[in-house]
Amino acid sequence: MSAYEKVLAARDTKKLTSADYIHAMFGESFIELHGDRNYADDKAVIGGVGMLNEMPVTVIGLEKGRNTMERMERNFGAAHPEGYRKALRLMKQAEKFHRPVLCFVDTSGAFCGIGAEERGQGHAIATNLMEMMALKTPVLSIFIGEGGSGGAIALAVADEVWMMENAVYSVISPEGCASILWKDSSKAPEAAEALKMTAQDLFKLGVVERILREPVQGDQKMFESLKLLICRTFEKNLAVDGERLAELRYQRFRKIGKVK
Amino acid sequence: MDLFAFIKPKNELERSDETDVKKPYVPDEMWEKCPECGTLLLTTDVEENCQVCSKCNHHFRINARKRIELTVDRDSFVEMDAELESENIIDFPGYEEKLEKSKKISKEKESVICGTCKIGGAEVVIVSMNSEFMMGSMGSVTGDKITRAFEYATDKKLPIIVFTVSGGARMQEGIISLMQMAKTSGAVKRHSDAGLLYITVLTDPTSGGVTASFAMEGDIILAEPKALIAFAGPRVIEQTIRQKLPRDFQTAEFVQNKGFVDRVVDRRQMRQTLSDLLRIHNYGEAEI
Repeated sequence: MSAYEKVLAARDTKKLTSADYIHAMFGESFIELHGDRNYADDKAVIGGVGMLNEMPVTVIGLEKGRNTMERMERNFGAAHPEGYRKALRLMKQAEKFHRPVLCFVDTSGAFCGIGAEERGQGHAIATNLMEMMALKTPVLSIFIGEGGSGGAIALAVADEVWMMENAVYSVISPEGCASILWKDSSKAPEAAEALKMTAQDLFKLGVVERILREPVQGDQKMFESLKLLICRTFEKNLAVDGERLAELRYQRFRKIGKVK
Repeated sequence: MDLFAFIKPKNELERSDETDVKKPYVPDEMWEKCPECGTLLLTTDVEENCQVCSKCNHHFRINARKRIELTVDRDSFVEMDAELESENIIDFPGYEEKLEKSKKISKEKESVICGTCKIGGAEVVIVSMNSEFMMGSMGSVTGDKITRAFEYATDKKLPIIVFTVSGGARMQEGIISLMQMAKTSGAVKRHSDAGLLYITVLTDPTSGGVTASFAMEGDIILAEPKALIAFAGPRVIEQTIRQKLPRDFQTAEFVQNKGFVDRVVDRRQMRQTLSDLLRIHNYGEAEI
């Protein structure tokens, strides 16, 4: 598959969404918690608590919606500031109760609109980056579809970042990149190639730790093995002192694209 | 068309308009035309006025060195990490050429200058971004220099002042530029947790990945009048929502009204304001 074919695959509306993953892995144990305690409940972000096997976990996902109705309601997974603030509230809660945090990332980007700007989209993302870096509890982010720029990294300052084999993660959409650089958005396939945005490229650049085979809806065995992998990672990181964990997380980002 | 025509001052562009023969010849170096109100201003007057129009208070864009010169105590600036230069990490087509061109235009190696200085006698780490270098975009060297400045400030227990101007993350470095947002934010957090003061000054324009990271993380966030402060720029928003934006949307004053900027400060008062804030936080001359 070419890079741009991967981009299209990552955007495929038939793809599993965060809600599918949460349902398949947490089942009935998932209790959704709403709102940022500030302004509203952003439906582009699902958050809550539940049991991953025997382990209490806080789970947060950017949710695109599974059908047209849901997609409208979820704003196609493009979160407003209150979505990022809800996510941070739940992460801080997880830290307090020493629960690990699992994030699912799937978004074309943070929403670009009047309300989003008025309520401080930049500030909300910035605060998440800063606070997640110092979170004294394990954080794991899994990219399941699109990872669109600032809106994606706001849920991906983690101890480890994993990606599904057909997920993408980029600083800008290939269409946006092509139209800015070459004044021609039809050159998106070339831009996708140049941006090195596929899971495989990002693995080579040291930005992600693991590439995962994508589970198929209904294949519970695949979800069980994913669950096991996540639990093992959390167990390992729960054994590390919180301060030390934050230090390791800082060093993880500190060394990416290291300058001589 | 001359490749560099777009960076020439506006009055020079107009003078080159050969059809208009009646226009009196004015040596460019003597006059500057305010892009906001159109008044012709004596270059020396603009210089004396901190590059602000005396008629309408328009703040001319200034480069990173000029910014430092206007802000710090005379001869107190010592640059750090000046030798760092960007490489084409992801082999992005045309990036080397772009870097070379920016170096020529700006006479700098990167989009940010960092160092130590004194402001009102207080020792401070200063970071000044440069719009003349790829519109202040944040690549890995930009991010690294800023991170190092914060780490140095944390280590030496110094306050830090950051002047931002940026179009956001530098797409020619792909994901690595996005990672700079997390990296710089982490460095800010450590500085903050050490109980040290961080002041940001947002200047025109501050947007994208810089707004969504260290620009919005200051203990105190100042901004220059009328500066564009945005996450998504106005054009992107208009394309997304297909409606006209309100007047003054995303100006410093607008963002202050919405609660995300502490104070809009005129450039001519900036140095004094910074000096006062430093003093209030007990930085400055040791007490006798």
